[in-house]
Amino acid sequence: MSPRQSTTATRHFKSEKFDFSSFFFSGLTGLATLLILAILAVILLNIIINGWSGLSWHFVSTIPKKDFFDIHTTGVLPMIVGTSIRVIVMTVFVIPVGVVTAIYLTEYAPNTSLITRTIRAAVNNLAGVPSIVFGLFGVGFFINFIGKNVDRALHNSGPVWGQPALIWASMTLAVMTLPVVIVATEESLKAIPPGLREASLALGATKLETIWRIVLPQALPGILTGGILAVSRAAGEVAPILFTGVAYYTSSLPTKLTDQFMDLGYHIFVLSTQSPNIDQTRPILYATVLVLLMLTFALNIVAIVIRARVRKKMRALG
Amino acid sequence: MGIHRGHTARPWEWIVEKSIFLISLSAILMVLLIFLFVAKEALPVFFGEINTALIQKPIPPAEMEKHSPVELQSYLELTPAQFASMSKDTLRSLMEVKVEAQDDIPEDFRKDPDARINTTEWRYLLFAHQWSDYNKPSYIWQPVGQIQKFNIVPLVIGTLKTTIIGLLFAVPLAVGAAIYVSQMARPRVREVVKPTIELLSGIPSVVVGFFALLIMATVLQHIFHYQTRLNAFVAGIALGIAVIPVIFSISEDALTSVPRAYSQAALALGASRWQTAWQIVLPAALPGVFAASVLGFGRAIGETMIVLMVCSGSVVSWSIFDSARSITTTIAAEMAEAVDGGPHYRILFMLGALLFAATFISNMVGEIVIHRFKRKLEGKR
Amino acid sequence: MADIVLPKNFVPAAAPAAEPGKPFIEIQDVSLYYGGAQALKNISLNLGEKVVTAFIGPSGCGKSTLLRCLNRMNDLIDNVRIDGSIKIGGHDIYAEGVDIIELRKRVGMVFQKSNPFPKSIYENVAYGLRLHGVSKKSEMDAIVEESLQNAAIWDEVKDRLHSSALGLSGGQQQRLCIARAIAIKPEVILMDEPASALDPIATSRIEDLILNLKKEFTIVIVTHNMQQAARISDQTAFFYIGELVEFGPTSKIFTNPSQKRTEDYVTGRFG
Repeated sequence: MSPRQSTTATRHFKSEKFDFSSFFFSGLTGLATLLILAILAVILLNIIINGWSGLSWHFVSTIPKKDFFDIHTTGVLPMIVGTSIRVIVMTVFVIPVGVVTAIYLTEYAPNTSLITRTIRAAVNNLAGVPSIVFGLFGVGFFINFIGKNVDRALHNSGPVWGQPALIWASMTLAVMTLPVVIVATEESLKAIPPGLREASLALGATKLETIWRIVLPQALPGILTGGILAVSRAAGEVAPILFTGVAYYTSSLPTKLTDQFMDLGYHIFVLSTQSPNIDQTRPILYATVLVLLMLTFALNIVAIVIRARVRKKMRALG
Repeated sequence: MGIHRGHTARPWEWIVEKSIFLISLSAILMVLLIFLFVAKEALPVFFGEINTALIQKPIPPAEMEKHSPVELQSYLELTPAQFASMSKDTLRSLMEVKVEAQDDIPEDFRKDPDARINTTEWRYLLFAHQWSDYNKPSYIWQPVGQIQKFNIVPLVIGTLKTTIIGLLFAVPLAVGAAIYVSQMARPRVREVVKPTIELLSGIPSVVVGFFALLIMATVLQHIFHYQTRLNAFVAGIALGIAVIPVIFSISEDALTSVPRAYSQAALALGASRWQTAWQIVLPAALPGVFAASVLGFGRAIGETMIVLMVCSGSVVSWSIFDSARSITTTIAAEMAEAVDGGPHYRILFMLGALLFAATFISNMVGEIVIHRFKRKLEGKR
Repeated sequence: MADIVLPKNFVPAAAPAAEPGKPFIEIQDVSLYYGGAQALKNISLNLGEKVVTAFIGPSGCGKSTLLRCLNRMNDLIDNVRIDGSIKIGGHDIYAEGVDIIELRKRVGMVFQKSNPFPKSIYENVAYGLRLHGVSKKSEMDAIVEESLQNAAIWDEVKDRLHSSALGLSGGQQQRLCIARAIAIKPEVILMDEPASALDPIATSRIEDLILNLKKEFTIVIVTHNMQQAARISDQTAFFYIGELVEFGPTSKIFTNPSQKRTEDYVTGRFG
């Protein structure tokens, strides 16, 4: 085979014109991305830098007695406790209902039936309801309807259940975060390859047995993720608890479901907008914000890590 | 093969499966309950049953017998349950209290033509009115005082101002970033940037409001040199920041789910990266991006804490550099002071019901658009 | 995908020309509809006991669909309608009041893509046993070992019974799935292209396994690999677009088929 003589000029495949539009718009959209990331960074850095000095073991473990406004003697323990308890009670309600609904939607519901579509539409709508409307719902339904009727049934002399309380705030939050749990659980159920279910059914297992023994154990990390995301979201919400149970000051830590409670977010809100001397409260504010952020971020990061691990495992199952 | 046993062999499973179905209906139940119980408190407003007119012709207690129970009940502003549970003597004393209250009204109010107005009528809720202490017809929301003014126009304007500013800020940034991350940058970038921006959504709105109040307000005032430090502009930008993650996430998903086949066909024909993104991928993903914006709009309208912390007063003006009160912040701020069951309380619930309806509708629109978009893509695959 | 053309007088050496015993699976006039589309058209077929029957035919001809009728896995799909009757051991499996769970215990299935549970090897085999009431550990250990031996995989896994099944190779996983299926002692084993995802060496081990298994079980195997059918089956049924074209002893189907379409298929003129 004789070597080919090239009779045409060797062509490079470089373009003659500089691809200006791609460069320009790449830059522009990249700038948008950078700007968003920068905003995030500024917010986080500002809070960390200003709040770090006020943070101390004393701060997170003290119940402030008299002076709310002295950074050295005040503490946010009751707020941390209040925030934590209300989300824990919330999970007791939201996780069972959310997981069962997701199981129904994924494993049982015929895709085209009206009921299925209505349930899905309801879940989506629930996700879009403003948080303050949940607060109104909490007042109108839980406190004024259920609470007052419980009081009547128990023949209580004064309002015990029919007033803002920990349990009503938690249940309001449970309704609010229901979509989060349902979506996360559905996602994890769908990721399980159908071959696994078929294998189980072909061996003579019933649908319920298959779900209980094979599907749910596989979906557990995903359900956990959903729960953590719900908790993280609820911990930061203030609007739904405004009228359903939060208080600026309670003399003791909440012990009964009918108690009112203090809250990190609410404290931040009140101090920011109603404190007499902003310079004095500024360090306390920053420290409190930092505590809240650390709480929600830690939860978010745990959820993301679990989710990434689960995705890897699912791919191996494939 | 002895295989005849049938479903009756497993009654326990049947019960469990039926229970699973019933529990799943709870989502529908919740939506219905929310609407029911919020609207229930607001119904008297819708039916025009409240009368806040200061000067009402009092019914003398002596003439109690001449009026039907229904008339007496609404005159005394009681619920049917409360009315039924009171004895005749209690009712009579209530009527006497009413007569005394009328007598207590100061003289200058008596001469005020506004005192005879039922301020909860729709006319006053929606349209401008020439109140006696103002020099031209205006839209006033001022529920405190002898004559409660409930015009909702300032609140709607406040909501719109902050929301529109927020969207104008958030949509270009979020969509631009979505285009960059899904089409222009290397895949590694996507793996890092996407979860990071989603981290932004993990910041509670209280914290964003706090940041806006303490830092952004001052900084923006230095840049733009406007009068009021805490105004709708600052609130709008903060709102935008809170809404960016939602719009980014959904738009990015929409752009990424456009089948690779499209962009590869364009690139194979010699289109540049940007041309492919702008002319092929973005138009295909447009319904998804639109839906993302609609959902962002819904989130922005419903957001309470940010605007609550940044803005305080309600001013009717279209200027974005004035303060503003939105529907949500009004409910949040005033509910604690409203008398349980009184006209202010009911009007706040009415606002809540309106809000619910607005987000319900915007949500359905977004859902339908996303649904059609997905079907279109799947049909073509 | 056209296979190698077989010469006209080819006699498959591996499969003994067994005469089918009394009919064990009786398929009578079965038609299946997915919504409005008809996937199986009036299939009638009698399969013998303890015999390997192969279903062959081009893609989409309905062989897998018919296979899945035999253990009622098609019940899982919406909009499916089945006419006709299928009797196994004399009992109509579609009759009123039939316990599907019990049916699937007696009619096992091995799938095209191996699907071991993300559990240990031991637990995979024990799963079916636990479902159907075995609880004593000694009993379970014995059955697990027996099944793994009969699936020709015991020697490879006996030292790591409690490690994850997902760590096995593709061929090993498939043999594990076979062990799992035979552990509950079905009477029939249905195999839906069990070796199509495996390399030639793993495939031949599975084929040897099948030849051994037929001493105890009735086996129906769907395959698109005609040499495989020729190697291991006693009877073969050829399907084409939802119809049963021809059914008979394997040697006859491959060397002297009665139908032209059968001959065209086995000689590779289409498919």
